[in-house]
Amino acid sequence: MKNLTKTTLACAVSLSAAMSAASALAETQITVATVNNGHMIEMQKLTPAFEKAHPDIKVKWVTLEENILRQNVTQDIANKSGLYDVMTIGMYEAPIWGDRGWLTPVDVSGSYDVDDILPSIRQGLSHEGTLYAAPFYGESSMVMYRKDLVKDAGMTVSDRDSWEHIRDVAAAVHNPDEGVYGICLRGKAGWGDNMALVTTIANSFGARWFDEDWKPQLESKEWKQAVNFYVDLVTKYGPPGSSSNSFNESLALFNEGRCGMWIDATIAASFVTDPAQSKVADQVGFAQSPISATEKGANWLWSWSLAIPAATKKAEAAQTFVRWATSKEYIELVGETNGWAAVPTGTRTSTYENAKFQKAAVFAEAELKAINSADPTDSTLKPSPYVGVQFAAIPEFQAIGTTAGQMISGALSGSMSVDQALKSANVSADRQMRRAKYY
Amino acid sequence: MKRSITRLLMAPSVILLLAWMIIPLSMTIYFSTIEFSLYNPDQNGFVGWENFEFFITDPAFMPAVANTLILLLSVLFITVVFGVMLSALIDKPFYGQGIVRVLLISPFFIMPTVNALIWKNMMMNPVYGIFAWISTSFGLEPIDWLSNHPLMSIIMMVSWQWLPFAILVFVTALQSQDTEQKEAAQMDGATGLHIFRYLTIPHLARPIAVVVMIETIFLLAVFAEILVSTNGGPGYDSTNLTYLIYNQALLQFDVGTASAGGLLAVVLANIVAFFLIRAVGKNLTV
Amino acid sequence: MTLNQQRKFKTFLTGLFAWSVALVLFFPIFWMFITSFKTELQAISVPPALFFEPTLENYVEVQERSDYVKHALNSVITSFGSTILALIIAIPAAYSMAFFPGKRTKDILLWMLSTKMLPAVGVLMPIYLLSRDYGLLDTRAALVIIFTLMNLPIIVWMLFSYFKDLPKEILEAARMDGATPWDEIVKVVLPLSLGAISSTALLSIVLCWNEAFWSLNLTPSDAAPLTAMIASYSSPEGLFWAKLSAASTLACAPIVIFGWFCQKQLVQGLTFGAVK
Repeated sequence: MKNLTKTTLACAVSLSAAMSAASALAETQITVATVNNGHMIEMQKLTPAFEKAHPDIKVKWVTLEENILRQNVTQDIANKSGLYDVMTIGMYEAPIWGDRGWLTPVDVSGSYDVDDILPSIRQGLSHEGTLYAAPFYGESSMVMYRKDLVKDAGMTVSDRDSWEHIRDVAAAVHNPDEGVYGICLRGKAGWGDNMALVTTIANSFGARWFDEDWKPQLESKEWKQAVNFYVDLVTKYGPPGSSSNSFNESLALFNEGRCGMWIDATIAASFVTDPAQSKVADQVGFAQSPISATEKGANWLWSWSLAIPAATKKAEAAQTFVRWATSKEYIELVGETNGWAAVPTGTRTSTYENAKFQKAAVFAEAELKAINSADPTDSTLKPSPYVGVQFAAIPEFQAIGTTAGQMISGALSGSMSVDQALKSANVSADRQMRRAKYY
Repeated sequence: MKRSITRLLMAPSVILLLAWMIIPLSMTIYFSTIEFSLYNPDQNGFVGWENFEFFITDPAFMPAVANTLILLLSVLFITVVFGVMLSALIDKPFYGQGIVRVLLISPFFIMPTVNALIWKNMMMNPVYGIFAWISTSFGLEPIDWLSNHPLMSIIMMVSWQWLPFAILVFVTALQSQDTEQKEAAQMDGATGLHIFRYLTIPHLARPIAVVVMIETIFLLAVFAEILVSTNGGPGYDSTNLTYLIYNQALLQFDVGTASAGGLLAVVLANIVAFFLIRAVGKNLTV
Repeated sequence: MTLNQQRKFKTFLTGLFAWSVALVLFFPIFWMFITSFKTELQAISVPPALFFEPTLENYVEVQERSDYVKHALNSVITSFGSTILALIIAIPAAYSMAFFPGKRTKDILLWMLSTKMLPAVGVLMPIYLLSRDYGLLDTRAALVIIFTLMNLPIIVWMLFSYFKDLPKEILEAARMDGATPWDEIVKVVLPLSLGAISSTALLSIVLCWNEAFWSLNLTPSDAAPLTAMIASYSSPEGLFWAKLSAASTLACAPIVIFGWFCQKQLVQGLTFGAVK
């Protein structure tokens, strides 16, 4: 009898313990996969603020390097594994995945103020008018240059200079004996690395990835001109090792005062003007990307954004988080915590209208202008069937862009000629398109 | 002892490995015959040999096979030759022998990813790297390792990782070398070089075979170093077969072609293994 | 010079040469360690900064951003767990092959090694789908299973080579006394081959610890070992070499130190049956 009471008691205790565990479980835990870029790391650090406002949601982070993240989330979403509740994806994936029905549309109701989102960014992240990913930060590309060096060389840099003029400025500033190189540009192979820049150059020379029948155009006259120009420019006036440099490497070079000019993502503006990391913070000037035959597609458009996979069982909590992280209030929170120069930019009109931001960010105007001038639906001189400035938003493009990137970095390092590189890239693109039965 | 008991003892290993081989292999064979792209997971039509054809006719295929073999043979050569020399060297007593040994084997414990990061950033970077600094100190133009000598850079990284393994095995073997025999040879007036050639090398024949065997398994699959440092480029200059398959599977998300590539890699690995086992096999009393 | 002096001089030269080679080969690790105590600007300064005021800020930052203890624990559990499991499976097999070889023993061993020839990335999809279907994604169990199977062939082979060279008479004597196969393994074979077993285990642990492909693709979050932690530090926006070095040092230190301590074991046991 005594034993029985003991057992009952034990049961009761364990039952109540189980119940309290159950009530703790009512709190939803969401897993957020993200890139290890500065703004995302900041978001991760601000998680307590979100959890405080929404005590029933706990956030778990998976922070990975860009390529590995892309592999992981693509595996996860295509196989419906459901490991992640929120994924960080780019402007390339958003419309394709949206079209596949893999993503839950972003809940833009109520206080979210979706009309505040910059129109080109919103368009790039939508498919048939539905927003499938909420922009966390957005970027275009522009020229960043050293006012002091350019002035000493007796040159000027202004909006929409011709590429030939940019080359002359690079030549005038180039001084490798002092460790200063005329121009730093991306050279590392990758469709999001060197091909982002090279495509914008090609666009401005009047080239396009595909013609109206989806035939790859990499061997066209315009591509040859553009890539020859690029290889010549970087070989003559670029830093050593350009063919393995991408954003990071160039940023470090520029911050060290080793680049006269740098054409890259607008997001760099907040880093190169930050005296804590840049030796040349007060000498940086900004200008809109150079052009040649046309202004169309001369600067790229990209956004890292948060999306919710259709397979998640925690869609509601995920929506709450996505809305929080891409809200005006979040931008304000970062502004108040870390200073207005460090807020994630390129997403909302209200950010650029904010007086505190305008005062803190000398690059605000140039950045907004660049983003607004990029039109993913009309980025080539000749008509093209695809959407996207520095990429074509079709599933096959990853393969095509990756190979083209490898070839062009080969041309840059001198292991093959530009004509050879473009020919191999075109052959490979043709193979992919044929295989996917475009023609 | 009854055969049945010996079979029973082997069973777990054999069954597990059989499952480990057959299940993924048969799935891979199946995938290699269908159209299977992660971006279109619902289109799964039978395509016959198309994936194999697509993989073999890839312009990167031949360079990748060549690079795989060059990488394998160079690293084998470097680790075996330097491994034998260094282990013979540190076999003799000298001041701080223990510490030297510890230092020499350390690289083997470093993760391949970290290995590549250290070499790429801090050693080979043409602007900030140690090598560039050494070059400029001597008034030379810094070498842009990863762009101009990509495969050689990878060979350096991989050798750095595997040389310690060779040293470990050879040092172990040398400890068991007959010292009396050596002393007798010395009495007879044999030089150090003679002893090395006629006593040490034959004694090491078997460990060399072991090192070649194990390293081959891992070197055919070198991947992390390439991914982190050169991404297979520039061009196809540092793309090996594993990286090419990775490219298909996880950059292009074409599982069908990647599976076909994986099967071709198995065939290649077995061809290599066949020749290697014939070359070193007589020393390999398996 | 007398003969003795000559010999001393030779020893000195040997030592000098060995030391310089060792220092050169160790330098990259040393440099990573040093860089982890620099500020980011010092890390990329030219000429390389040798004298600087060491800072711990990188380690603080790494600790803030990732749960080092969790990742380290995952690494320890998966590498030790799979090694122990593999040993339990491999020892009986190696014993049976070494002491009761049949006609097919050699073929079986070669076949076992050949299972390692299938490149991991080629079979990623099958394994990923299987793990998903059995609910093993992002669990330590998945890694333990894969690591066990991955290293099993090498472990069997190493143990086999060693067992084969044990004097058969001892076993026969034990059998005369009526020992079962179990007794033979536990009471005779194991005590005689502790050195070989521990060095085999060490090798397996090192290989598991440094494995990055499976851990990145199957266990990115809860069960992520240290190799996956490194992936969140490589090439972010901006060059953070100092932080990367700190994270790398943290990831490699346990296994390097472990290796140093067990170095003697390794050097005694990695015979692969080479001792005649």
